[in-house]
Amino acid sequence: MKNKTIAELLALYPFLNEFFLQNRLDISGAMKYTLEEYIAQISQEEAEEKAINKETLYEEMTDYIAQVQAFLGIEEEERVRSLTILPGQTKSGEPERFGELTVAASQIVSIVGPTGSGKSRLLADIEWAAQGDTPTKRRILINGAVPDIKWRFSSNNRLVAQLSQNMNFIMDLSVKEFLEMHAQSRMIENADEVIKRIMEVANDLAGERFFPDTPVTGLSGGQSRALMIADTAILSASPIVLIDEIENAGIDRGKALDLLVSEDKIVLMATHDPLLALMADHRIVIQNGGIHEVLETSAQEKELLERLRKTDAAVQNIRQSLRKGKVLSSSDFS
Amino acid sequence: MNFIVFSGPPSSGKTSVILKTIAALKHQGISVGVVKFDCLHTDDDLLYEKEGVPVRKGLSGALCPDHFFASNIEEVVQWGNQKGLDLLITESAGLCNRCSPYLAEVKGVCVIDNLSGINTPKKIGPMLKSADYVVITKGDIVSQAEREVFASRVTAVNPKAVVMHVNGLSGQGAFELSTLLYDKNQDIRTLEGMKLRFPMPAALCSYCLGETRIGKQYQLGNVRKIKWEEEQP
Repeated sequence: MKNKTIAELLALYPFLNEFFLQNRLDISGAMKYTLEEYIAQISQEEAEEKAINKETLYEEMTDYIAQVQAFLGIEEEERVRSLTILPGQTKSGEPERFGELTVAASQIVSIVGPTGSGKSRLLADIEWAAQGDTPTKRRILINGAVPDIKWRFSSNNRLVAQLSQNMNFIMDLSVKEFLEMHAQSRMIENADEVIKRIMEVANDLAGERFFPDTPVTGLSGGQSRALMIADTAILSASPIVLIDEIENAGIDRGKALDLLVSEDKIVLMATHDPLLALMADHRIVIQNGGIHEVLETSAQEKELLERLRKTDAAVQNIRQSLRKGKVLSSSDFS
Repeated sequence: MNFIVFSGPPSSGKTSVILKTIAALKHQGISVGVVKFDCLHTDDDLLYEKEGVPVRKGLSGALCPDHFFASNIEEVVQWGNQKGLDLLITESAGLCNRCSPYLAEVKGVCVIDNLSGINTPKKIGPMLKSADYVVITKGDIVSQAEREVFASRVTAVNPKAVVMHVNGLSGQGAFELSTLLYDKNQDIRTLEGMKLRFPMPAALCSYCLGETRIGKQYQLGNVRKIKWEEEQP
């Protein structure tokens, strides 16, 4: 590899551009040099200035290539089809009262329980792919087997993506630039297409239209949430999505869940909103740091869900009317 | 005794991450002490004291905190050994982002936060690049996309490091970090003869020595100028 020119390397590994950029290495005008020549021509003074270690640069680059290739390879080969939680113990050391819980891709699990009951710990167990080596002693299986250690240590392969009410955009970019940057970090090929789709889906969730050149920091609460959900569903590499209390997000919550599910995500959702909780296939009840019970949503509960949906739809309609400046009457709620 | 160097830009969440990690280590029966390095002022020692963690602080005052760190670190390790600690952590703020506090044979942890912006990995030098572990904080308040972009840029700067996400408030991730840090086979008695992983930022000019006047005749020693060639006649 040392004998390949920078141009050849970039043709072979387009993502190396990012490596040069992030390491403050200027390769403009260096395309014809081999990697070895390029490293050799960095003067000692320049290396000191930019805090680069010439000796380890080559090794770092090969590490980076290996990491990115592993990341791209995983995407294609090993889709996460199921997540299994095997019981451990509560805070006081009692065994958890469930056999095992397997959640397939495109299923939804709701998590209920008071604040501080152990929801964060459950999530951390999943993210860490715990193997009896965390305080809860739970074990996590992926596709029915002990998962590869890479899920713990590779920064590009996180098992869990998170969405919560408290999250904000902090970058000063337009929606389009923002999505382009995310797409670039994921190294996907059909970025334009994907970005267009995210825009469509996000607008559908938000209710209030926004545009590619709208700054992300200028989006309303509902629009922000809609964009985050659409982006996470379509562009995030993580197969599992945790949603933390999006009750008051000002978006179509049903559609949001449908979207995540249609993208083959496993959805875990901490919520006390009955509409959301009953949309789930399973419901985990957490108490005293442990899983107290795993409930299946019953036929009766599904019936209740239908009634709640109608009420919710009515409220949403009233909200829309209000936004459009209409005068409301009690017949609007039917 | 185990010894670990924590570093990171100011307000990135080092103290919170260390406190949560110590709580997890205590559960495993490991005794931990901390030496906090800072520049002009710190109250973080009180936070450690409150949790019953043996703590000392060192303020570098007018000196470069990194150089101050290197000149004091051996005594720090001696203190930890006298105290009979299983694990000693030093915490220091990287003030100019060019800091390089890690030693070749000692684990180095860099704490950076999502709020500092996605260009931060590029701006930080050896403090991030030569760390063994990179802990990213404040992930609970930025979007998933920003977390992913931030982490991928950290990887581009330091492909070797284990990158962890730790929430300094809830402690999520701190237990996991604690399992990586403590090594029961490590026993550091002295740092005598060990080497820094990368040279520290250079300094030795008249202003280092207390000069306050502006002007060419007062600039002595290691002085560098911005290049202005385009605009000069």
